[in-house]
Amino acid sequence: MSIMEYNGGAVVTMIGKNCVAIASDLRFGVQSATISTNNPKVFKINDRCFLGLSGLATDIETLYEKLVFRVNLYKLREERDISPRVFSNMVASTLYEKRFGPYFTEPVICGLEEVDGVLKPYISATDLIGAPVYTDDFLMTGPCNPALYGMCETMWRPNLEPDALFETVSQCLLSSLDRDAISGWGAMVYLITPENVTVKKLQGRQD
Amino acid sequence: MGEQYSFSLTTFSPSGKLVQIEYALHAVSAGATALAIKAKNGVVIATEKKFPTLMDETSISKIGLLTPHTGMVYAGMGPDSRVLLRSGRKKAEEYFRFYKDPIPVVGVVKELASVMQEFTQSGGVRPFGVSLLIAGYDEKGPQLYQVDPSGSYWAWKASAIGKNMINAKTFLEKRYSEDLDLEDAIHTAILTLKEGFEGLMTEHNIEIGIIGNDRQFRVLTPPQVKDYLTVLG
Repeated sequence: MSIMEYNGGAVVTMIGKNCVAIASDLRFGVQSATISTNNPKVFKINDRCFLGLSGLATDIETLYEKLVFRVNLYKLREERDISPRVFSNMVASTLYEKRFGPYFTEPVICGLEEVDGVLKPYISATDLIGAPVYTDDFLMTGPCNPALYGMCETMWRPNLEPDALFETVSQCLLSSLDRDAISGWGAMVYLITPENVTVKKLQGRQD
Repeated sequence: MGEQYSFSLTTFSPSGKLVQIEYALHAVSAGATALAIKAKNGVVIATEKKFPTLMDETSISKIGLLTPHTGMVYAGMGPDSRVLLRSGRKKAEEYFRFYKDPIPVVGVVKELASVMQEFTQSGGVRPFGVSLLIAGYDEKGPQLYQVDPSGSYWAWKASAIGKNMINAKTFLEKRYSEDLDLEDAIHTAILTLKEGFEGLMTEHNIEIGIIGNDRQFRVLTPPQVKDYLTVLG
């Protein structure tokens, strides 16, 4: 049993046309026992930046609090919101600080990055010790990875409009959750566009 | 017996002053004049670089690069400014390593001011004998700051520090306008330096640093300075 699979969980993020989506399952369990079915793993950092965390639940909580602490100080000192790109480097640096005794979480960051005055979709992910990866399609984290990879590779296309992106990410996640015993019990999907953020709770197989 | 005690030299006088800081400011006022002007599209900093004739002035630079997009000049004790330059560079680089984002100008100013303040409230140290003029360009546009030995800092549109600061500031007040172009600012800076300059001003006894829309701070080479001097006659 790997410590990363102790609590289960799945997070996936996808890029669409001028929008990003990030979604997670809702299960909180201790190995085979499900304790709660209302444990989303996506957190808002600011209007333009979201964080998804999977892995050991206690580390998800602590790492989230630590990052919020640093983001709050950043906002006070710099008098501006942190951008997704800078935030993802902050996450990577924070994780590497614990290189030889890491947090057992693998974060996924998504948001809208301002480049020359225009908002562009941005996603990135890191491993538990801060090795970053940046792509322009999709990223995922958690023990549900193999199933998610298969679904996303098949379903994702570039330049999906917000509604289509929402459908795609929802179907990919729900189907993948059915293939993982320790993730599931529904999902929470965030759809982020320059105008607004919508959140929807999905009812999946409740097992 | 003396080694047991290490209290701060900057203890308050009855009138509420920190005498060591006052004396540090005297050291600054005795230093060679340095000035800076913020234009609408950049900042220029300039200083006298008067050394004895036998000294190789090409080996010494008073204007220093803090980051690719910020630079600074000092008035006062050169060695003290080197320590601050080193410290400012390190803090800026630490920021960049953590965020992969260049430090905001006001950020590096705050770090330097914070260091200078520490040396007015610690045991066994003395305040830095320099005032700094820091010029930079970031998302908020071109910016100019001054930091004093006390650790206070302010933003300026144009300012001067050192020997001839009072006359220089009066001169700048008359010449400054909100929509100065960087090229105009460079000319004004040179003219202001000339006001208090003893002897003939050449490209070897002044130093000029500029930062424009390209957000790259650089020190002008003597041939470049000579071009500006020739234009001004």
